[in-house]
Amino acid sequence: MGKPKLKEHIINRDWCKGCGICIHFCPKSVLELDEQDKAVAVRPEDCICCRLCELRCPDLAIEVETEEPKDEAGNKEAGSKN
Amino acid sequence: MAVKDYIRKRFFPHMWCPGCGHGIVLNALLRAVEQLGMSKNEIVMVSGIGCSSRISGYVDFHTLHTIHGRALAFATGVKLSRPELNLIVPMGDGDALSIGGNHFIHAARRNIDITAIVMNNRIYGMTGGQYSPLSGYGTLATTAPYKNIDHDFDVVDLSVAAGASFVARSTTYHVRHLADIIKDAVLHEGFSVVEVLSQCPTYFGRKNKMGGAAEMMELFKKNTTPIGSKAKKENPELTERGIFVRNEIPEYCSEYDKIIEKAGGQIKERL
Amino acid sequence: MNKNIKFIQGNEACVEAALYAGLDFFAGYPITPSTEVAEHLSSRLPQIGGKFIQMEDEIASMCAIIGASLTGHKVMTATSGPGFSLMQEALGYAIMTEIPCVIVNVQRGGPSTGLPTSVGQGDVGQALWGTHGDHAIIALTASNHQDVFDITVHAFNMAETYRTPVVLLFDEVVGHMRERFFMPEPGELPLVERLRTSVKGGVDYHPYLPREDGRLPMSDFGAEHRYNVTGLFHDMWGFPSNNPGVVHGLIRHLMDKINNNVHQITRFKEYYLEDARTVLISYGSAARSALHVVENRRKRGERLGLLELQSLWPFPFGLVRKKCADARYVVVVEMNMGQILQPVRMAVDPPEKVFLANRIDGVFINPTDIRNILRLIQGKGM
Repeated sequence: MGKPKLKEHIINRDWCKGCGICIHFCPKSVLELDEQDKAVAVRPEDCICCRLCELRCPDLAIEVETEEPKDEAGNKEAGSKN
Repeated sequence: MAVKDYIRKRFFPHMWCPGCGHGIVLNALLRAVEQLGMSKNEIVMVSGIGCSSRISGYVDFHTLHTIHGRALAFATGVKLSRPELNLIVPMGDGDALSIGGNHFIHAARRNIDITAIVMNNRIYGMTGGQYSPLSGYGTLATTAPYKNIDHDFDVVDLSVAAGASFVARSTTYHVRHLADIIKDAVLHEGFSVVEVLSQCPTYFGRKNKMGGAAEMMELFKKNTTPIGSKAKKENPELTERGIFVRNEIPEYCSEYDKIIEKAGGQIKERL
Repeated sequence: MNKNIKFIQGNEACVEAALYAGLDFFAGYPITPSTEVAEHLSSRLPQIGGKFIQMEDEIASMCAIIGASLTGHKVMTATSGPGFSLMQEALGYAIMTEIPCVIVNVQRGGPSTGLPTSVGQGDVGQALWGTHGDHAIIALTASNHQDVFDITVHAFNMAETYRTPVVLLFDEVVGHMRERFFMPEPGELPLVERLRTSVKGGVDYHPYLPREDGRLPMSDFGAEHRYNVTGLFHDMWGFPSNNPGVVHGLIRHLMDKINNNVHQITRFKEYYLEDARTVLISYGSAARSALHVVENRRKRGERLGLLELQSLWPFPFGLVRKKCADARYVVVVEMNMGQILQPVRMAVDPPEKVFLANRIDGVFINPTDIRNILRLIQGKGM
């Protein structure tokens, strides 16, 4: 299995309440709050796709969408766009 | 099925405050259910009253939002009458262990197959920040303006003593661990307790000068350690996380089936 | 000898009726004088594949039966005054969420711990107004074991028809007394089964949208429709709402479905009312003494009659008004301070002709007690 590659951070601005948890815990400082207190990915190129922002978001407002690498059996891996 | 297929999207954004730990518990719970590949029709979520209990409105299962403290009693009726259903009962600390304390220990004692998730944020949030049985000595709350002189329960010790056959603790910081624990708890046949240390930045955090949501989660990282770790030996003040008890003991509904056999009755067909 | 003849307690007659009506889930907590109901069901239910559970208290018992009703079962709990007090919050929940269930209250002397082994009828008002907020309720009662059976079956039928809790207000005398009883054959009494929705899976199901006839088809928890049940005011999908229109509509629905069907719900018996100058109104075990007095007086040519109420709530105002229209005196016979006297006074014109014959000391009201009151009212030296 190859390393997942970031396609996009999908941030639901209607659901984000700007609590800052994703920003605080991002190991690569990818995310910031914008002037409307919504999370945005300002340095997506640094993202290592650890998904901790997605898992820790209390508002279910972030999804880390990745390119879909194939595993050994050739199946698509879970975790892309819903 | 994707995580978002398990929720009722039309009610989002949810009503919890910014940074509320309960949203993270919801997040982890959905991932656990997704990873277990469960169907929405086989899950019944029963909740009581309080911030935590609003979780049942957001998930697309059979959902029963009941009265304060009694969720486990309702869940016992659902489970015993239809044992093939999976019962998940998320509760706040006050809901589970103050008004609902009696039902909690008796559900544990019976070892009925229900997964109880205690979302412990150490405060009554819905009513505006009064101390709960888990606030702890010395904390501040709107009803403890000088300081709280009530001692708290240790949810794990209490659950073990009451006879729960699966007892675990995690936090909203340790999200992957939390989802794994919930999976184990749901799979366990018998009464399972998962205590989740959850943050209430709005009331508990602010009143007790613990900072915002992220700072409170940092405290969960700093103040907890895996069960039996070296760190715990060096610093006994640390709170342990992990699975404390996992016992195979007869489950209540299966035991009742034996009573039916003994009485000469026929066990009714399952779904 | 007819094998259907039994010599049993009223509490057992209630058990037989509940099983006849299709009960298959009971949760309860021991309390005098209702305990025999739980004891008998703990043995009978597993024999038919049903479930019995002794919960940690009456609160939990009430909650458990509501949960079991939601999965499609006919459910019951049994208690007495103190336990009935504990059940009130969950009783209100069952009213609000429209979940069918039957609550037996074998009344003893109250308030508080009161007289655990003695008779009383002091929970009549509580059955109506014990739980908070505006609501309507069905409460039924009976004076002998045959009627306990019929009324218990009626209670299950009403619970299913109107999707509501039904309270069976028995009392210590009826509950504990043994008397001859004929067990009806299957099919002899009509049974109302759970009305389930015909809406197919995948089609939008509205668990709280009444049909034109006011009934709400249910879907069992665990079946194909997933919905929300909450004690908050809720919309037709069962989701919380504080929209004034929704709130108003729901409270009207909860009241109207009971109060507009008072004729379907009402059960009563009448004895010698056609020409009665003095009408006794009674219910439960007290009605046995009232009937005794009426029959004795009739033998002596006195125009006495008895209206025995078997449904107390919703109160049959129209019936009482009609039956008492030509009476000179109306005497309510009950074992409390006048809990049915009050609605009778509201129903009867003029209210001044309504009197109370009661006993409140834990001793069963006997014919002499009633005669003494009649002598005072009628101004006779009998």
